[in-house]
Amino acid sequence: MLLETRELVKSTREAFGDTLIELGKANENIFVMDADLSESTKTNKFAARFPERFLNMGISEQNMMGTAAGLALSGKIPIVSTFAVFATMRAGEQVRTSIAYPNLNVKIIVTHSGLSVGTAGATHFCEEDLAIMRSLPNMVVIAPADALETDLAVRAAVEYKGPVYIRLGRGEAPVIYKELDYEIGKAITLCEGKDVTLIATGIMVGRALEAARKLKTLNVEARVIDMHTIKPIDKEAILKAVEETKGIITLEDHNVIGGLGSAVAEVVAEEGKARVKRLGIPDVFCTIAKPDQLWDYYGMSVNNICDLALSLINSD
Amino acid sequence: MENRKVDDITYLKEKCKVIRQHIINMIGGAGEGHPGGALSAVEIVTTLYFRVMRLDPENPGWPERDRFIMSKGHASALLYAVLAERGYFPVEELTNFRRPWSKLSGHPDMHKVPGVEMTTGSLGQGLSVANGMALAGKYDGRDYRVYTLLGDGEIQEGQVWEAAMAASHYKLDNLTAFIDRNGFQIDGPTEEVMAVEPLGDKWQSFGWHVIAIDGHDIIQILEAIAEAGQTKGKPTMIIAKTVKGKGVSFMEGKAEWHGKAPSGELFTQAKKELGCE
Repeated sequence: MLLETRELVKSTREAFGDTLIELGKANENIFVMDADLSESTKTNKFAARFPERFLNMGISEQNMMGTAAGLALSGKIPIVSTFAVFATMRAGEQVRTSIAYPNLNVKIIVTHSGLSVGTAGATHFCEEDLAIMRSLPNMVVIAPADALETDLAVRAAVEYKGPVYIRLGRGEAPVIYKELDYEIGKAITLCEGKDVTLIATGIMVGRALEAARKLKTLNVEARVIDMHTIKPIDKEAILKAVEETKGIITLEDHNVIGGLGSAVAEVVAEEGKARVKRLGIPDVFCTIAKPDQLWDYYGMSVNNICDLALSLINSD
Repeated sequence: MENRKVDDITYLKEKCKVIRQHIINMIGGAGEGHPGGALSAVEIVTTLYFRVMRLDPENPGWPERDRFIMSKGHASALLYAVLAERGYFPVEELTNFRRPWSKLSGHPDMHKVPGVEMTTGSLGQGLSVANGMALAGKYDGRDYRVYTLLGDGEIQEGQVWEAAMAASHYKLDNLTAFIDRNGFQIDGPTEEVMAVEPLGDKWQSFGWHVIAIDGHDIIQILEAIAEAGQTKGKPTMIIAKTVKGKGVSFMEGKAEWHGKAPSGELFTQAKKELGCE
């Protein structure tokens, strides 16, 4: 299942916008809300199709979260969208107190996560959301890797009863899946390997696959796991990797503190018998460049992943 | 008709007396709580639950019910006392207020207490939730009404003004909000801590129909609610001038009784003034 070419298709946000139309047709309880970013988040597609069930809340994320709570309390399924940074921090306490605590059926589906806004600068990057959202009781946290997985994750979130956070990116995403059985909380092993395990989430799954392909040419068999659900995390898949491979490298477009790497390290540390190396944003506010350049610059290049894998394997 | 009205007012006044007794017993008994802003809003919340709102305590989730959100969640003792008296749960349970492991926490949890529509306590969030309920009611073509009570200090939160803007933008005339204008927040008089006046002008300029009343006068409360019900195309804000700590002489108009329980002789005196057995 290793990627032969790095085929780019529509972004996860485009997929989200298209899925909303399908969901809107199938379920008239679905409401979509945005805070003046509907063109960017692609909720504008739903807005054009179902104007009576689209609420533009203006530039007021806190009120948007509370209003979503009120809709959920009235039997609706609000899907709230804005940029990751605004949903999780500008309105962070509203998400916690008015949505997570009362365990309301609100879906917070955000775009422009991580460094995917490239040249917008650190005000618009979001490297903190996974850490924040996974520490909220009741909250399910998901980061899909490509367009198909986004479609299935959004559908699964709507089926699930309770609050769900889904983080999407901005730019085009490499195709990972032609077909897929998707289940919240169940990681997907994209390729088997006995030497090292690469656990990635979101846009980084494509890079993990590329790294695995390169490692193969060096006679290193890397297992690649798409950890699309950060919470509840698939402990079984992690512990299997602990048993069957020599070490784990995590890969995420997020601060190395508090996100996927931390979640995996927590599971592994309690098991007490494997090495984990975390790749992600190294706890800095980032400079601007194109997203691919930034991911390379901050240590998530395919070469760097491979070097780290080799050093991990050879450090016995 | 006039006699009936007099009877209603007498009944509501008696009910308010009982609610105040519960409040002081709960807070004094627990040794903690927020008496000032619970006592100031007794007439508003009691009138809503015993005279105005369409409710069925046997069926708290009835879709056609009117909704009330206690946005100033620290006035939980008032909400619990009213809900218990209205039949949502046994009055005896009120003695559990703020006791370890009890369902009656300092700020209300909708999943623990029957009749609580929304979990509140972090200020500034209730009006947004009320907006969502009002929007859903309009979309569904249901004629229920949504009520919420805000503190006069609470409106210093920015989210309140986001919600104020949205409620008039979406023409939520099925929404009626109250401000318990008792003049004090925990650190002192609102106008010294962070001035909120001119209060009526602010809400009016945000597109609301504004009514100013004496928040301890039940007839004025009823008339204002009736006026709100007839107001079309915009939400209504009822600014209710009240006395913080109303009914307990040493608490009236004192910020220090915002979040402090009376103990010892003061507890005894408060109970006596409120006519507790």
